[in-house]
Amino acid sequence: MRLLINKVILGLSIFSAILGLAFLGWILATLFFKGISSFHFSLFLNDLIDGGLRNLIIGQFIMAAIAGIIGIPLGMMAGIYLREYGRGKYASIIRDLSDIMMSAPSIVIGAFVYAVVVIPSGGTSGFAGAIALAIMMIPIIINTTDSMLSLVPKELREAGIALGASKYRVILDIVLKAAKVGIMTGILLAFARIIGETAPLLFTSETSNYFSLDLTQAFPSLTVSIYDLANEPIEASRDLAWAASFILTFLVLVINLTGRFITRNKHK
Amino acid sequence: MEKLFQKLSLSSASLVFLILIGIFITLFNASKPAIDEFGFDFITDSTWNQEVVIDTPKKDEDTYLEDELLSDDLMIDETDELLSDEDNSENSLTKTVFGGWIPIVGTVLSTIIALIFALPIAMGIAVFLAEIAPKNISHIVGIAIELLAAIPSIIFGMWGLYYFAPIIADLVGGYQVSLLTAGLVLGVMILPFMAAITRDSMNTTPDVLKESAYALGATKFEVIKDIIFPYSKVGIIGSIILALGRALGETMAVAFLIGSIFSLPEAINDPTVSIPVAMANNFGEASGLGESSLFYLALILFIMSFLVIGIAKFLFLKKGVK
Repeated sequence: MRLLINKVILGLSIFSAILGLAFLGWILATLFFKGISSFHFSLFLNDLIDGGLRNLIIGQFIMAAIAGIIGIPLGMMAGIYLREYGRGKYASIIRDLSDIMMSAPSIVIGAFVYAVVVIPSGGTSGFAGAIALAIMMIPIIINTTDSMLSLVPKELREAGIALGASKYRVILDIVLKAAKVGIMTGILLAFARIIGETAPLLFTSETSNYFSLDLTQAFPSLTVSIYDLANEPIEASRDLAWAASFILTFLVLVINLTGRFITRNKHK
Repeated sequence: MEKLFQKLSLSSASLVFLILIGIFITLFNASKPAIDEFGFDFITDSTWNQEVVIDTPKKDEDTYLEDELLSDDLMIDETDELLSDEDNSENSLTKTVFGGWIPIVGTVLSTIIALIFALPIAMGIAVFLAEIAPKNISHIVGIAIELLAAIPSIIFGMWGLYYFAPIIADLVGGYQVSLLTAGLVLGVMILPFMAAITRDSMNTTPDVLKESAYALGATKFEVIKDIIFPYSKVGIIGSIILALGRALGETMAVAFLIGSIFSLPEAINDPTVSIPVAMANNFGEASGLGESSLFYLALILFIMSFLVIGIAKFLFLKKGVK
């Protein structure tokens, strides 16, 4: 009897693992078949107004890149503070708050940026979108930097200080170098996460049918356009949404896997 | 230079604090008109964007009573809805009422459905990864599960609407867009997240404990039930609550599936709306009191998820101290 229960439970556990994989396979297969059937190379050459996706892909990347330019240094510096300088209560409070912020609803961050950037500046803009994404990115970067720095052995820091280097030199030249790969991975994963975000962009950047590099205007966004296209009753729009989803997921998974691959190689 | 670097890092860290405080203050300020107008009754009021006729001009106590009455049984003038909004704002005899009860209920119920669906599967996956599968299979399946977590939520929404929901609707009946389908897709989304954290906390169980149990003749299931679960209980509960926090604020997957209709669901397969979806679909057109009410909803959502995640962190912290 005990053995039977054991078998049943283990069987259920294996079944749930298969179920989990089945969901992944199902979603990827859907994307692949729906995406491939409406995929065409000209999607990369035309803008949305001509039935392509070029402006959307470029727009999404630009916003994510600006978010990175804002978020990565801030997040890394904050992570450095938490691990290298911060002692006691304040650092641990910041650490907890950062973790909470990491799980904060992305739509609320969108609403926040709408109130502090979009309304005062008079309209939706690429900058507002990038700021919303940066706010999403900062806590993720803090978390990785913090935990990667904690893996750097204390002896390395002591060796640096013993050689007479000042603390910030030790951090920049020794500690960060040692933690470089881990932090890079974290940055890539964070990038993969924010490039697929829709909710914080809905009312900050909106989207645009045209190619645009003007960050003060409504900015083309792949994800927001997918949402718009998927909700249109026209079959062609939905097909385009599937093609866009396919490209988006492909990008996200490639970036994500690249990040994992870097760490794996390092551990070998 | 040293000082400057230290200052910079300190101020970057403090930025987190400032942003969070900023979000609170901003949301509060932006929802102030709605808070002043509706107060805490907003939370339990199930009307949204409806014209309510006020037939008496303002008086002190009577108005208050009148308001109470009106929110109980609403007189909705159907012709008013056909009129444009500008007409109504100048008409002092009607006012537009916003209440948050429907989206709040929708948010909570869809999250609960997601949890009920995801919890057993996530536990099964975690047990599989931590205890059953050989190392290399566990590694590969683990990566696959984490990739599931990496898929953008909007993809879950589209897949859910066009491929998952029709099957569920065939099985259960009812609408394809409903509380049930939204909750289930939400469940698929939080599944990998929950499984990963649960696996991690299961992995912290010392081998010595497991080996002693095996040596006493325990089966694998008994080891899992009597050794691993009690040992990693705190972490597992933490992971469930964290996943709950995630599910509360999820927008895009739910937006495709919940129907975005301001009506209380009478059955599990009725369409309704959740707070993030209400914001996503109405923010663009809203102005004045409507916009302020959406900010009010955002504030409620923010506080809800802040509390939920805070509780999870507190549990984790307790574990860390041990």
